[in-house]
Amino acid sequence: MKSDLPYNGQIKLTNISNDFFYGFKHGIPIALGYIPVSFTFGLIAADGGIPVLAAVLISMTNLTSAGQFAGINLIIHGASMLEIALTSFIVNLRYMLMSLALSQKLSSKISTLKRCILAFGITDEVFAISSIRKGELTFSYMSGLIAGPYVGWALGTALGGLTSSLLPPMLQSSMGIALYGMFISIVVPATKESKAALAVSAIAVSISSIFKWVPYVNFVSGGWVIIIATVVACSIGAIMFPREEDELE
Amino acid sequence: MSNVYSGLIVMALVTYMIRVIPMVAVKGKLKSRFIQSFLYYMPYAVLGAMTFPGILYSSGNVLASAVGGVFALFLAYNNQSMMKVALGSIIAVYLCQRLL
Repeated sequence: MKSDLPYNGQIKLTNISNDFFYGFKHGIPIALGYIPVSFTFGLIAADGGIPVLAAVLISMTNLTSAGQFAGINLIIHGASMLEIALTSFIVNLRYMLMSLALSQKLSSKISTLKRCILAFGITDEVFAISSIRKGELTFSYMSGLIAGPYVGWALGTALGGLTSSLLPPMLQSSMGIALYGMFISIVVPATKESKAALAVSAIAVSISSIFKWVPYVNFVSGGWVIIIATVVACSIGAIMFPREEDELE
Repeated sequence: MSNVYSGLIVMALVTYMIRVIPMVAVKGKLKSRFIQSFLYYMPYAVLGAMTFPGILYSSGNVLASAVGGVFALFLAYNNQSMMKVALGSIIAVYLCQRLL
């Protein structure tokens, strides 16, 4: 059974708690990376006069970094609910693509209710880890993967709201690179093995660089840049390097 | 300030709808080879676009972040675990910031 192969390729028993454990283990680096980010969110919210409890509730009900930063900023500055809704929609629209991609990797045995639960936990990092994993994704694996980051995100927010400085500022700013380090550790080994993956990544990086530095297009917001880069790079990849049926498992 | 709790509910609902609709609406496997290939390549595109140039602005010091990024590339190229790459890049950025 191909779907029971974990990362290291060892055969393991199909066991619910085992799958949860694997997921949880894979989620630990995400959880650690989330703490400084959500800490900053808690800090910004508290500075803007948002009660700590409200900030933590936002983290527990939204679980999105850029979306929350944009949203809290709007709330602090007294924006309308329509503005808040539209901004959340635009900043978070990339999750729609990720959710679609994961819908194809989830085991078809997973019920609608369980899909509704898992959908809540799709973040950039959870998507990154689970979409790279070989074979079908089980509910236990996914819930294990989401559990740690969820707690880390809420905990960091509370700490940020309650304390003005958890760590020396220089160390805290250095921790900002952790999630990027994680992304690199996922992409680089894959691009060593597959020229197609390398080409797709390189195209996406070029597009996001253009939107950062080239005049006239550098006003486009981050959420859209990811969507545009993804759609263009993956379309080129799918046309130039289409996958064979048997490769797509 | 807007009402915090109304804002919270609006943000949470919009964000959740974005996540849940594709996952519940698309249950079967999509047949198109183009779409399957597209989705297969998605992680590489998403991660690439999210990492660069964002990584350069992760610490408030572009040079230190760049050094951290190069060190992360080096570690990842040598197949180090995710945890080691993440911690290694933090240490590199921290040391650079101390020295600069």
